[in-house]
Amino acid sequence: MFKKLLIANRGEIARRINAVAQAMNIATVAVYSDADKELPFVREASQSIRLGPAPPKESYLNIPALLAAAKETGAEAIHPGYGFVSESADFAKACADAGLVFVGPPAEAMARMKDKSEARQLVAKAGVPIVPGSHGVVPDVPSALAEAERIGYPVLCKAAGGGGGIGMAVAQRPAELEKVLRQCTDRAQAAFGRAGVYLERYFAKPRHIEVQILGDLRGRRIHGLERECSIQRRHQKVVEEAGSPLFENGAQGALQQRLFDAALQAAAAFGYANAGTVEFLWSDGAFYFIEMNARLQVEHPITELTTGLDLIGWQLRIAAGEELTVVQDSVRRTGHALEFRICAEDPVKFLPSPGTLKTFTPPRGEGVRLDSGYEQGQLVTPYYDSMIAKLIVSGSSRAEAIERADRALSTFQVEGIKTNIPLHLRIVRDAAFKSGQLDTQFLENHARAP
Amino acid sequence: MADVAAHITGTVWKIEVKVGQAVEAGETLVILESMKMEMPIEAPEAGTVKEIRCKEAQAVNEGDTLLVLG
Repeated sequence: MFKKLLIANRGEIARRINAVAQAMNIATVAVYSDADKELPFVREASQSIRLGPAPPKESYLNIPALLAAAKETGAEAIHPGYGFVSESADFAKACADAGLVFVGPPAEAMARMKDKSEARQLVAKAGVPIVPGSHGVVPDVPSALAEAERIGYPVLCKAAGGGGGIGMAVAQRPAELEKVLRQCTDRAQAAFGRAGVYLERYFAKPRHIEVQILGDLRGRRIHGLERECSIQRRHQKVVEEAGSPLFENGAQGALQQRLFDAALQAAAAFGYANAGTVEFLWSDGAFYFIEMNARLQVEHPITELTTGLDLIGWQLRIAAGEELTVVQDSVRRTGHALEFRICAEDPVKFLPSPGTLKTFTPPRGEGVRLDSGYEQGQLVTPYYDSMIAKLIVSGSSRAEAIERADRALSTFQVEGIKTNIPLHLRIVRDAAFKSGQLDTQFLENHARAP
Repeated sequence: MADVAAHITGTVWKIEVKVGQAVEAGETLVILESMKMEMPIEAPEAGTVKEIRCKEAQAVNEGDTLLVLG
């Protein structure tokens, strides 16, 4: 095992990786920007090193600065967390060239997944159902019109080089397609430096279901059951749960098994190792592959809490060349867990709300855990993602977890900035949420501000 | 005359207009970025851009005047 690990991230995830590594007797190196030097993740690491000014390009995305920090501190491996350099094949390669271990999938697997359009074709060949879509990137308007006719309207236009929902747009009918294509192409070019876009059938009210994967470098793979992340806003997850209400009390067991098999087939097609997640869209009793996320997910704790799998611990062991010794049959779910992304934003208008955390009183109660990047009195700056903490609540059943979540959210006090805690309270008190009637349009139709 | 102010704390991502340019009500003047979200600042009324008081990549606070319309 490594003696020293550099954590190339910030906030709650840097703290979480740090805690797991230190428990494994691995020394840790925190890296930070000028905006973050007072945050707990810097203080808690065995040592820390400054990367540069606040903007991500000059700090957490600055590959030369990250490599220099590893060299200076003698770190043998780098854990990228999620976001920032976690899915950068360039960064993984730069690590390898510098003799450092990148805690993530092999560079070849990352390369196979990088182009989402090619990734779809690859898993389709392996027998995994995919959303009906264009054969690769659409080169021009006439071919897009022809492809859209074959797929059927409405169609979703997506950036081949991107993620996070950036650039995505829907065309309801042929007349809208040209404008949507142009809009998506421009956004893709601006955000990812690549203009290529592709088309997919658009489902109005699908569910988002994903399967956790763990694999070692010898090609052994297991799945870690499913999570449901249907509650989203602007294609960003807001509430996640393990497992999906679709399969509560053993419902649709055969279909659930086919979902797990498909996830493993997709991971095998990419030659995937380490922790990853296969995302599916679920509509009318059928599921379709969306993409595979080549990293630790924000929502990994709900899988850890309900299966007992130590995902970050396994990421480190696998990266160090150890064998995955967990057998599939031993992966069983106990109880239910919910995760609420606590964001610095107005809960009604959804505008970002940076500022000072004048009050920050974590919630109390049975089965409640808070993974927070900040403490009371600290400044939430506008430079990074608005998520300041994750509230994770577990219970013996979904109903119990929801009840506990209501209490936890009610006792969670944050003043000085606006947060989406009121939105989360509206969600857990919503009748459709309680009955497990979820879809990705949930927030358009439910839990509205009074 | 109208002072156009930042409605959130963030950084100036893009300035879409030039001094002397005529703009219509609702036209995008400046795009701010905060917490990975881009937010357009639109002209509250029709007019001419008299003065630009911000630069691209500059950090701004809520309430800061970004430009002046006349």
